[in-house]
Amino acid sequence: MTGALLAIVSAIFFPGIILRVKSIASGRKGPGILQPWNNIFLLFRKSSVFSTTTSYIFRLAPAVYLATICCALMLLPFPGMPSIMGFEGDFILFAYLLALGKLLFILGALDTGSSFEGMGANREALYSMLTEPAFFILFGTLALLSGHLSMHEIFSHFQFAGEFSLITGAIAIYLLVQIAMIENSRMPVDDPKTHLELTMVHEVMILDYSGVDLALIQTGTNLKFVLYGGLLANLILPVNGGWLSANVMLFFLVQAAFAAAIGLMESFRARKKLAKNPQFIVTLSSIALIGFILVLLLTRNLIR
Amino acid sequence: MIEKRDDRDIMMVVMKSNPFVVQVKDIPVLDYPSFMDKINLLMADEGCHIVTYHAVPLGAALRFFCCIASDSDHLLILLSHEQQASPLPVLDSLTVSHPSFHMFEREIREQYGVEFTGHPWMKPVRLHNLDAGCRMQDAGIIHPASRIPYPFYSIEGEGIHEVGVGPIHAGIIEPGYFRFSCNGEKVLHLEIQLGFQHRGIESIFLEKHSGIQRAVLAESISGDTAVGHSIAHAQLLETLAGITPAKVVQSERIIALELERIAVHIGDTAALCTDIAYQFGQVVNEALRTIIINTTQSWCGNRFGKGLVRTGGSHYPLSGGFIKILLSNLKEVEERYGQITHEMFTNPSVLSRFEGIGKVSARQAGMIGAVGMAARSSGVNRDIRWSHPFQAFTDSVYEPVTLHQGDVWARAMLRKQEVEKSILLIRDLLTGKDFERDLAQPLYEFKLQPASFALSLAEGWRGEIMHSAVTDQNGNIIHYKVKDPSFHNWMALALAVRNQEISDFPLCNKSFNLSYCGNDL
Repeated sequence: MTGALLAIVSAIFFPGIILRVKSIASGRKGPGILQPWNNIFLLFRKSSVFSTTTSYIFRLAPAVYLATICCALMLLPFPGMPSIMGFEGDFILFAYLLALGKLLFILGALDTGSSFEGMGANREALYSMLTEPAFFILFGTLALLSGHLSMHEIFSHFQFAGEFSLITGAIAIYLLVQIAMIENSRMPVDDPKTHLELTMVHEVMILDYSGVDLALIQTGTNLKFVLYGGLLANLILPVNGGWLSANVMLFFLVQAAFAAAIGLMESFRARKKLAKNPQFIVTLSSIALIGFILVLLLTRNLIR
Repeated sequence: MIEKRDDRDIMMVVMKSNPFVVQVKDIPVLDYPSFMDKINLLMADEGCHIVTYHAVPLGAALRFFCCIASDSDHLLILLSHEQQASPLPVLDSLTVSHPSFHMFEREIREQYGVEFTGHPWMKPVRLHNLDAGCRMQDAGIIHPASRIPYPFYSIEGEGIHEVGVGPIHAGIIEPGYFRFSCNGEKVLHLEIQLGFQHRGIESIFLEKHSGIQRAVLAESISGDTAVGHSIAHAQLLETLAGITPAKVVQSERIIALELERIAVHIGDTAALCTDIAYQFGQVVNEALRTIIINTTQSWCGNRFGKGLVRTGGSHYPLSGGFIKILLSNLKEVEERYGQITHEMFTNPSVLSRFEGIGKVSARQAGMIGAVGMAARSSGVNRDIRWSHPFQAFTDSVYEPVTLHQGDVWARAMLRKQEVEKSILLIRDLLTGKDFERDLAQPLYEFKLQPASFALSLAEGWRGEIMHSAVTDQNGNIIHYKVKDPSFHNWMALALAVRNQEISDFPLCNKSFNLSYCGNDL
């Protein structure tokens, strides 16, 4: 319960921090922290316009997208407290809930019949497909190391101290950050700021959405970010600190640091060439695999 | 002026100066086969490229003028042939053997209905829009027979799909339609359809008789090359009128031209950074561009140098106070631009987006007749400042920057090097001159040499700009022709994206930054 609530609270300042960091890095003052949400509320007050070539799938997609992310939030634990709907193997549901939202989203983009959106959908589908193994190998590794299957148990028993967990922890943090960037269509695989349709991945898929539907999508995207930030916090935060308020502060701190890191990453480097993206994403799976083999060796599951 | 070098010169006019003027009766008229022979002979030399090939209706006949520039010999060669306007002439196409003629033949076909047999790519240049075409016909500007539909090239096969972009784009990009034939993400062919910005510039030049209206018009041909086009225009009229502007005015013009080059090159460096999502490079370069255009504004009141170049003199002589501002701003920009480009060109993520992308080989660039930056970044040395010096460039030898890679990196690097070079050039021009001594007011009313053909070339930041005019017996302009470098170079973009990823197109496009309105006139 706490995890989902805290994540939603951190979603309030998350996009604002990214924007602010990017503004400061480029020598500008930047808008207020709440500006991204003001924009979304503005969209909520507008009605949607639908292309005549689209069907019900196009209209269904934004709602399903947001709904799946909200459901995934229900699975987000907090150090020392289980999630609302946690169970053994809940990380599989977590991954496929997000995949379901994405599937509808891709179908909605294809539904418009635009060649741009088709291209974007194609790229998004490819990237999601390639990210999946990295995510599962990572959670497999953590499950193996902790000996548990639900996210709450995994994170509770994963001690971010001690001989093995330092290296697995580092790998896990790196992978989670990169997976979050890919899943949220940020740099280096996608550029949320671009106006060039031919280079877009995520942005081109939402070109035809307007008003409330666009607001739903943007709300979903912001929640998705804090969802991953929440996983990061779970990984980093100590379990038996006992001090709830300290952990809550730390949770927000991790989210804010994550947002700031994204802002910095997007300021001082160029985006990858699109053709190199699959290669980059596959590299994540191989890093995850290295972590997995490492844990197998260390826990003597491979060589007894 | 006319050099008699050997027997071939009897059939053509060879000029050493840029701009030049020649009486129409002094231009030898060739029959078409010997015209083709001459062209074949000249174009066989790699140091020669086509400057213009256009038709002028003179009485009942159509007179064709073709100017070839010999870069290595620093000569301009003018050839001419004449055809009866009716019935419509049918000529063998020169494009078959010299692809660089293809735009010029298409333009002549569109404007006068001349058939070129064997032309492999006969499509409208500007008037594919039927309504616009009808209006032009009604006004008698285009020939009714010249309406041809726009046949897009299409590739068929499994997995081949077409992506159409435009003509209306996101942001403040000019209109142009791009049709990609793709196999997945790979571009097999790009077809660029332009003409949406056609305003009839060349015919407006004939309607406007006052010098000031014409000068303003020349500035508006392509907004980002206001100085380049107005220098080409001013020196054309000055040649026709027999005026030689004072040395300091000539230097002022080149200072303005180089300021324009610096501003646009830095702006393009920023835009290249935007397209690869490199925010740091983008914001720093944008700020530097602002310093330069604001400097131009404090000189003449307009950030793009409009109103600065006028025939015969200048309304805005360089004052001592302004020179101080100029020098200190240049110093600041030189330093900061040096830092940011160093940062850019050593950043691996930037280099991986620039290197090897959008390659145009020297052979391709030579074949399509690329000019200016696009040619120089592919190892083809074409720079009017060096090959056919004009204004203050006649006083010293300019050494062009050339790179041989031909990719986006080369076009970005060329910009960096040209900016550095232009800053040095401006400093050179400023030293040892008293700009406040020879004040000359512009002239707007003057008599032009009658029955003459004049042509002037200037190297704008994009490349070679050509303005040409023909006068009648009374010294009135009866034909005005403009050629923006983009007219040659759009083809280079189409070649650059072949076998590249479609997502790299915007980056390639930006690396050329060609003019839509300069092409559409």
